[in-house]
Parts: sequence; C-alpha cells; structure tokens
Amino acid sequence: MAKLRQCAIYGKGGIGKSTTTQNLVAGLAELGKKVMIVGCDPKADSTRLILHAKAQNSIMQMAADAGSVEDLELEDVLKVGYRDIKCVESGGPEPGVGCAGRGVITAINFLEEEGAYDENLDFVFYDVLGDVVCGGFAMPIRENKAQEIYIVCSGEMMAMYAANNIAKGIVKYANSGGVRLAGLICNSRQTAREDELIMELARKMGTHMIHFVPRDNVVQRAEIRRMTVIEYEPEAKQAQEYRDLANKIINNTNLVIPTPITMDELEDLLMEFGVMEEVDESVVGITAAAEATA
Amino acid sequence: MAAMTREETEALIQEVLEVYPEKAKKDRAKHLAINDQSLEKSNKCITSNRKSLPGVMTIRGCAYAGSKGVVWGPIKDMIHISHGPVGCGQYSRAGRRNYYVGTTGVNTFGTMNFTSDFTEKDIVFGGDKKLAKCIDEIETLFPLNKGISIQSECPIGLIGDDIEAVSKVKHKEHGKTIVPVRCEGFRGVSQSLGHHIANDAIRDWVLENRDGDDSFPTTPYDVAVIGDYNIGGDAWASRTLLEEMGLRVVAQWSGDGTIAEIEKTPKVKLNLIHCYRSMNYIARHMEEKYSIPWIEYNFFGPTKIAESLRRIAEHFDDTIKEGAERVIARYKAEYDAVIAKYKPRLEGKRVMLYIGGLRPRHVIGAYEDLGMEVVGTGYEFGHNDDYDRTIKEMGNATLLYDDVTGYEFEEFVKKVQPDLVGSGIKEKYIFQKMGVPFRQMHSWDYSGPYHGYDGFAIFARDMDMTINNPCWKSFKAPWKTEATESEPVKAVA
Repeated sequence: MAKLRQCAIYGKGGIGKSTTTQNLVAGLAELGKKVMIVGCDPKADSTRLILHAKAQNSIMQMAADAGSVEDLELEDVLKVGYRDIKCVESGGPEPGVGCAGRGVITAINFLEEEGAYDENLDFVFYDVLGDVVCGGFAMPIRENKAQEIYIVCSGEMMAMYAANNIAKGIVKYANSGGVRLAGLICNSRQTAREDELIMELARKMGTHMIHFVPRDNVVQRAEIRRMTVIEYEPEAKQAQEYRDLANKIINNTNLVIPTPITMDELEDLLMEFGVMEEVDESVVGITAAAEATA
Repeated sequence: MAAMTREETEALIQEVLEVYPEKAKKDRAKHLAINDQSLEKSNKCITSNRKSLPGVMTIRGCAYAGSKGVVWGPIKDMIHISHGPVGCGQYSRAGRRNYYVGTTGVNTFGTMNFTSDFTEKDIVFGGDKKLAKCIDEIETLFPLNKGISIQSECPIGLIGDDIEAVSKVKHKEHGKTIVPVRCEGFRGVSQSLGHHIANDAIRDWVLENRDGDDSFPTTPYDVAVIGDYNIGGDAWASRTLLEEMGLRVVAQWSGDGTIAEIEKTPKVKLNLIHCYRSMNYIARHMEEKYSIPWIEYNFFGPTKIAESLRRIAEHFDDTIKEGAERVIARYKAEYDAVIAKYKPRLEGKRVMLYIGGLRPRHVIGAYEDLGMEVVGTGYEFGHNDDYDRTIKEMGNATLLYDDVTGYEFEEFVKKVQPDLVGSGIKEKYIFQKMGVPFRQMHSWDYSGPYHGYDGFAIFARDMDMTINNPCWKSFKAPWKTEATESEPVKAVA
C-alpha cells in the first residue's frame, strides 16, 4: 500500500472549495482510491454531496451533546458515503461565539487519537474554511498533518489576493515542517484570459495551475440533488474534468515552498490582464464633492 | 557591615548587571537605583511598571490575581466565580489569609472556590450559557449570597464571551448585583492592571447602587478604610484605633468587607487609603464624583501610627483631634514596653525587603521603631508614584530594585549581607538555605496582624524570634572547620 497522502484545500470563501473537493474525491474513489474527507468549517457542509445529507453531525456538536470529546466514539462521527468515502466534520460554534479554530484543533486531535487515519487510506482531504484566520485553521498544515496544499482560486481579484495570502501562511509552516504548496486549482468564473492569468500567477508563486475547472451548470444540478457530478451524471463533460483533476493529483510531484508575490507585483499582474485599472495617485483620498469643486 | 556609600552601592549594581547580555543589562539597569533623598521624583532614578524580561524569574502575578485575589476576593458575602478553566481559581483559593467573620458556605464565601470549570466544548462553543447556569445554581445552593462577581480568566477574552450581557440578564432575574470583571490574565504587565480593572468594575457596577438613596443615617465622623485586606486580622487591629478616636468606620475595602459597605462608601466624609497601589483609583474617582477627600495613612509601628492618627484627625473637629491624642496616650505604655523588650535584641539589624503593594515603604517605620534599618527595598508591581513615596522613607545610598530578578535579589543579599530578608514564599527557602533569617511579608508567615498597636507587638516578636532564632548558630556543620570551609558562612546574631 502506498503511503497516506494528506492534502488540504484552502481558498477564498465562496470560491467552491467544498464542491471541488467532493467532486475530486469522488473522482479519486472511482479510480479505486480510499479517501477520507475532514471538513474543517463550522458550517459543516464539506461532506453533504458524498453523504447525500443536509449537514453531517459534527465532532464538536456531538461532543457538546455527550458532555465532552472523551465521551465520543469514532463510529459516532465517522460516516461512510459514495464509494466508501469516509466523512467527518469538525464542526464548531454558530457565528459570533466561542472559538471555531479551537474546534478544528480538538476535532483533529480526536481523529488521531481514535485512529481514524487507518492504514488502508490513500488520501485524506481537509476542506478548510475561507482564509487562515487564526492558528486553529492552520492546524491541518502543521507537522504530521497535510503535506500538500491545493489552493482553489479564480481570475477574480479577491480570489487571487486570498491565494497569495494563503501562500504566505504556507511559507511559515513550510520552513518549520514539511508542508508544500502543490498547486492552484482554477475554478472558473469565466473572466477574460482566466487560465493564462492563473498560470502566470502560479508561475510567479513558484507553483503550477494543476487544473482549470470550467464552469458548468451540471454542478449546480448535481448539488441540488446533494450529489457530486461524478455520481449524478458520470458521462457529463464536467465529470471528466474532475476525473482529470483527480488523476493529476495522483501523479502530482510538483511540491514547492511557495514564493508569494508582493502587493505591487500582484497589482501589476492584474493590470497586465486588465482585471484592475491603473491607479491614478492624484485621485487617492479625494471625495466626490472635492472633485466637483476642483 | 557598615552602611554602604553611594559609590559602593553603584559598584554593587554594576557588578550584578555584569552577567547580563547587553540588551537585558540595558533594561535591568533602569530598574535598579541608589536611593537619593534629595530627589522629589523617582523617574529621575528608576523605571517601573514595565514588562518583565523572559527568563528573569520574576515573581509577578497576573491581572486575574490582582482582581480576584486582591480586590474582589475578600468581599465576603459575594460569590466570586473564577470564570474559565479550573486551575486559576483552585490554585489561588484561600491563599491570602484575608480573615473574615461569618459562616462559610452560608452567608460568607471567602475561602471557597467557585469556578465555571471550562472544558474544550466551552472554548469552542463559548461559555455564556454555562455562566448563566452557574449563576442560577449559585442562587439555588447559596441563596444568602449578596451578589456575584465574574472574574475572567484568559480564555474569556480570547473567545470573546459576552459576560456583560449575561450579568445584566441575571441581575434582572435574580435582583442581585452581578459584576462582570474583564481581568483576563494576559492583560498588562503584572497584577497591577488587575487592581485597576477591579476598581473600575466596582465604579461601574456597584458604587452607584445607592446614589439618590438617603435612608442610610450618616454622621460627621464617617470614614471608609480602603486598601486593607485584613491579612491575619490587620483591618481589625486598625479599625479599633479609628473607632477609639471617635470615627465611625462605615466600610472596609475589602478585607472582611461586604457589598453593602461598598455601596455605602460614597456617603462617607473621608476615605482612608492604606494600600495606595491597589485602590487609589477608586479613591480618586470618589473624590471626583462625590467630592470625598482621601488621605494615605500607615499603621505599621507606633511612630507612623501616631503620625497617621494625627493626620486623619486634622480632617475633623477637636473631638476627633483629642480622640487621636487619647488613643496614642492610651497605648503608649504598651508600645513602649514592646520597644523596651525587643529593641535591645534588634538594634542595628539590617533588613532587605521585596514585596508588593504598600509594604516596601510602609513597614520601614516599624523596623526603625525597633532600631533596625531597611537597607534595600523594591516593589513587585509598583509604579513610579510608589517610588516617589519611598525615596524619603529610605536612607541615602540604599538599594532600590524594581521587579527584581531571582538572580539580582540573591546577589544583592550575598553582598549586602542583611540580618533579615522580608519577601514572599517563592524567596523564603532560597534565603533560608543561604543561612539568612527570613520573614514572609505577604502572608506575615501565617502570623499577624501587623497593623495597629496590637499588630506592632506581634511584628516585633516575630522579627525577634526569626533573627535571634538559635537555629542560625547551628548552620555550620560541626565537623567543618574554618580551614575546610570553601566559602565562610556569615556569622549571624
């Protein structure tokens, strides 16, 4: 059996991390890989397409109901879905209270102690909320956890900002542990020259765009049925895209310590591709009223 | 050893600083000074209330310690919840010897530990619901409590719990004063900020409770004792003197104190401050808002007691002024006898102190009454206004050390060779093993009271039995001769 590969998926909130992760994991499962998904987001929506469920019972919620984490058993929280994909959700508080980051840490510690990472697994995927807001959400990329990071992004400015920021976080942990950036996954928003732009961004960050996932309505149709495209419509063109991504990840050896770019470099890149207008320094900080009188 | 000259003290400080790396040396140099009585302001010679350097073995506490342990904890008829994981409350439980009268667990709660006992799920999901439940359970199990304070431990500030909202809701439900205190331990550089935060919480959540309520009958002689924590009964030994001179003590803050006393304090004519460091904030506030003047006093040793009684009396009419003289005269025979008995045994003995809020300067007079000399002193968490008040009390060319490090204190004692060191439990065994007589000056070494005339007799006896204890003569192993001794043991008493 090959060594277990642990991968974490990061990216700007709403970019399609959970959808991409579940579809690609379904692709891996179709190829006979044994995979576990660990949802690291209080919303607990990282496994619903695999389990055909609204939201899986999360480790933290069940721990709270049972009294403490020590009262939980692995089988209470580990569910098996499409093609034997194992699913867990860390869970966490409702927005505005408590500490979701600590929830991720507690949940992952629990999975390790209870032996969820069994030796038959080929892949573990951590689907991590939005940005790396605090240490808790960096838990999946600390030592002995995920070694490969995939960042989901698109040709939109904020998605690229976020990707670059996440790369900065990876550098910190890459220097102290073994974590590496494994590539950018472009989840298309159909902006102009999007593939070229992301390829160029990837090149500047020292990595590669591992796959360009085109936009296709079949993804939404499958989602409504709480299914991945691969399960809902295996012959769809989009299903093949996810299979390609899965294959590329299986064969991916391009693992690097990223070289995040500066704000100025990023802005230059955005201007080069016409995503951003050149800033006229003379108008900075001038109100509309002041402009009118000028 | 004769008194050190300014040059010798300076050389000692330089010698001790020598081992530090450059950056640490530069920082620590600012905290070590040679006393100069001609200075009016201490900022000319010493820096204080700064962050301690890692690795220096500071003995400082945290903001929670300052609020729960010092200011709020002694208020005996309230229940103080240590809100967070169990350790902070349990390891600080009943450690400060704040004596009180009452039936513990029924109408007073001073030595008990109440905690919300946080676990992982409380951190992840927030602890507000648990806090609300805690308060409800307290109301069921201890219905005679007169109020609740919520003493925040570190995680409360990290996860952003809204303890103010819980307090307001539960206040409405139960009709009792419920005070949220944001004294998370990571705030500030020492327990000092905790005192300030605790004072502010009293100001914001308690002090106004009886504004506009005149039902409490007042007299022209009403005072409040502020900053006496009744350690070993200190406040009781102080209160009797004030009452004997004709004053009415309306409130004790906070040793053996109640929330009702605190609420009535804005009605008094004069606030008397013993521990300036921990409670000057509320005294200043009451001066500003209620126009109540405040003065500092010192009830350690007959000289300072007499000075203080007279200074307090100046704020009142002749009855009180006569009362002060009467009190001083009444106890004269008693304290003269104490001095007659102990001074011959203690005369000329030299003391080094390192303590907390007020004692590094307040006990100097008591030692001097016994013929002793304080040759070094310092504050754990003092500010420069404390050192301002210390300069005139200490002799010229004596040592001042702020937030002293374990290393510095040991070296100073080795070089200065005092006859007594007065500090805390963390220092006690180090110096005793060095063969130096030691008294704990936070807890009075489980003795006390030391305040007032009654306390002075106990203070004198304790210093004598420590310094003149025959054990120090046995400190050298009988089989060790001078020749085999690598480092000669200092001859003691």
